[in-house]
Amino acid sequence: MKIGYYPGCSLQSSAKEYDRATRLVARHLGIQLHDINDWNCCGATAAHSMDHFLAAALPARNLIIAEEMGLDVTVPCAACYQRLRLAHRVLAENEETARDISQLIGRPYKGKVRIYSLIETIAGIGLEQLAAQVVRPLKELRVACYYGCLLVRPPGTGCDDPENPRLMDELLEAAKAETLDWGYKNECCGASLVFSERRLALHLIRNILRNAVDAGATSIACACPLCQSNLDTRQGQVNKEFGTSFAMPIFYFPQLLGLAMGLNPQDLGLGMHFVDPQRAIKAVSG
Amino acid sequence: MILLGGKSSTEPDFISAVARASGHATLLHCYQCGKCTAGCPLAFGMDHKPNQIIRLLQLGRIKQVLGSRAIWICAGCWTCTTRCPCGIDIAQVMDSLRVLARNEGETVQGKDVVSFNELFLQSVRRNGRVFEFGVFMGRNLRRRKPFLDADLGRFMLTRGKLRLTAERIKGTKEVRRLFSRQGAPVRNPKERTKE
Repeated sequence: MKIGYYPGCSLQSSAKEYDRATRLVARHLGIQLHDINDWNCCGATAAHSMDHFLAAALPARNLIIAEEMGLDVTVPCAACYQRLRLAHRVLAENEETARDISQLIGRPYKGKVRIYSLIETIAGIGLEQLAAQVVRPLKELRVACYYGCLLVRPPGTGCDDPENPRLMDELLEAAKAETLDWGYKNECCGASLVFSERRLALHLIRNILRNAVDAGATSIACACPLCQSNLDTRQGQVNKEFGTSFAMPIFYFPQLLGLAMGLNPQDLGLGMHFVDPQRAIKAVSG
Repeated sequence: MILLGGKSSTEPDFISAVARASGHATLLHCYQCGKCTAGCPLAFGMDHKPNQIIRLLQLGRIKQVLGSRAIWICAGCWTCTTRCPCGIDIAQVMDSLRVLARNEGETVQGKDVVSFNELFLQSVRRNGRVFEFGVFMGRNLRRRKPFLDADLGRFMLTRGKLRLTAERIKGTKEVRRLFSRQGAPVRNPKERTKE
């Protein structure tokens, strides 16, 4: 299977391991990822809360390029995914905006590109095929799948049920992990609010970690660079702020799939976490 | 959906501008069930809760809405939108209010949020992609807190998770043209003289 790949800015920097694990797992599963040529930033929260035109125009340039390449697009980052989906909708519904954007870029968008989250793309090969690739079952892993906001909301652009998404759970169940029912799988981590209103965001991160612990999780799997960064890298700040002692490893879901497929943990970027995931990994390899 | 232009809050049709920009004909059908606020993860930190923001809009209390801290604390998680029984896209209303507040210069309550967003977009305008390290250094300088999140910076550096130089795409000209349309609110003053 051949599909366009829109990594997004974080995957080149703070979420490098998400990019590495995604490329390795895709290759292993026979999914050919073709980077969108000369892609640009989707604008993220900054664009949509500052300028509605930019919020549509920045993702639109990527859609135009993907269409020229004749490819649909898969997106690992939840925020990029939502911005591309929403831009696609604005371009379809708002002729004036679509015309302005085409004029500024100098090429039209015909609206042919379909946009998928990475979860959908991997699920698309079939759970049985995925299970057949598993050489190291994740059976000691009690994992809370964390979807956050933008993969599933607003309804209509999300890739799964907005209140009780299951797609990531199904992927990890195919890798024989024990997934958990828990209440905070789609609660907000504060996202980029952490950069300007840190105390408020730490509060949300604490609630998510506490709920996962209460549900009996030994790790959390996620599908968003900012979710991972907030839950993992900020755990020290949470512990300091609230006097807690969380030590919850936070994986990107393809890292876990790669582990189950027998790929090298170092190559999957499993040495790049703030909270050391070695205990959880050893339990699997055990 | 109609995209928000330079509407002013002194215009009598401010409320309908907010409604239209958020994909609605009116916001009058909100009957204050409070579901948006019940599900809002950040309501605890807001001065006016999401349902109160909608009520204030219905009452035409524009100054109170634009001057509220709530509109800047909203993280845009879309839980309110997902659950509203009237189908009001409350998250989009919050977005429209942030744009309008900025047009009106009413950003005192959200100065750190606005400042971060400006730095982010300046970086995108300059490079076509966001240069994370540059944005964080810019934030710390603007807030005069050079060591804010230094612990994270150190960790990311040692793990090779911080790119220290910006990567510029080939199509920066196209990206800059997109920025040029709305009076370029995020233009870096230094760049203005060059172009």
